[in-house]
Amino acid sequence: MWLLVLFCLLLGLLIGFQMPVLFPLVFAKYMSIAVLAALDSVFGGIRAYMEDGFDNTIFITGFITNTLLAGGLAYLGDQLGVELYLAAVVVFGVRLFQNLAIIRRYLLKKY
Amino acid sequence: MRNKGAQLSIAIVCIVLGIMLAVQFKTTDRYQNSVSTTRTEELTQALNSVTEERDVLAEEVISLREKLDNARKTDQAMADLQEEVEKANLYAALLPVEGPGIILTINDSNRTLQAGENVNADLIHDQDLLIIVNELKASGAEAISVNGERIAAMSEIRCAGTTILVNWNKIAPPFTIKAIGNPDMLESGIMIKNGYLNSLKLYGFPINISKEEHLEIPAYNGRVKFNYGAPLEKTEKVD
Repeated sequence: MWLLVLFCLLLGLLIGFQMPVLFPLVFAKYMSIAVLAALDSVFGGIRAYMEDGFDNTIFITGFITNTLLAGGLAYLGDQLGVELYLAAVVVFGVRLFQNLAIIRRYLLKKY
Repeated sequence: MRNKGAQLSIAIVCIVLGIMLAVQFKTTDRYQNSVSTTRTEELTQALNSVTEERDVLAEEVISLREKLDNARKTDQAMADLQEEVEKANLYAALLPVEGPGIILTINDSNRTLQAGENVNADLIHDQDLLIIVNELKASGAEAISVNGERIAAMSEIRCAGTTILVNWNKIAPPFTIKAIGNPDMLESGIMIKNGYLNSLKLYGFPINISKEEHLEIPAYNGRVKFNYGAPLEKTEKVD
């Protein structure tokens, strides 16, 4: 399981660094939020997997919608003049740490 | 089965996440570099080329004026007009001027700042120069230059970051302001009690004024062109 996650991440990073794609500077901010949301989804998925409560549909849809919504909301906030991306950073940041903490506990229990 | 599906989706999502992360890394890296080094170099080059261009154009102005003078001189029939043109040029600051006047030097104050005091309090600003020049004009100055830049009718004195622009040229302290006119009038005009220069002196700015028998002030070397204005055809008074 862990090997799979690490291997796939590395594979993705490798592909990403090889790809001649760059985000335009205007979207870089929104993309960073989207990346944060994706990261959160993945940790959430791992946590659910360890809790044996993993649902494939929820995981995939969560990943896609979280990513799109985070980027979209940050963009909307900029259009409205509200720094909504800060809210996304806080929410996903907090959840990331929570998920990490739970994963750590499971690992401690397991070994 | 459920386990396998879960692993597959986690794998796919991790790959996507990896790609997103990598592209984001690259983007961040690229733009940070580009702002700090590439952009600066680009701007420096642009500045150099524009400065060169300006120098070339300034030389062209001088040569064109010479040609114009030559053309005028060859035609003796225009001698009378020539005189009028000279007067107009003198008035428009297009000719160098000599005569008696005063030289005023002023520099940033070297007084040590008190705690919590703004460093701006020790600097000579564009407004200071503007007021001094205005005061000289009011005291009957016929020609004024600031650090060798002739003040013409449309000359600006403007703050540009850490320097001051006069005729679009950067000048820096110490400032030497030359004015041609009646030296006594000019001196008493700007050193009037409770006047602007007087208060600057009280604040500790080093100010020096000397009356001169003979001063030379250069011509305005900028571009004189009317893009929008044209002489009014009517001769009656406009207000």
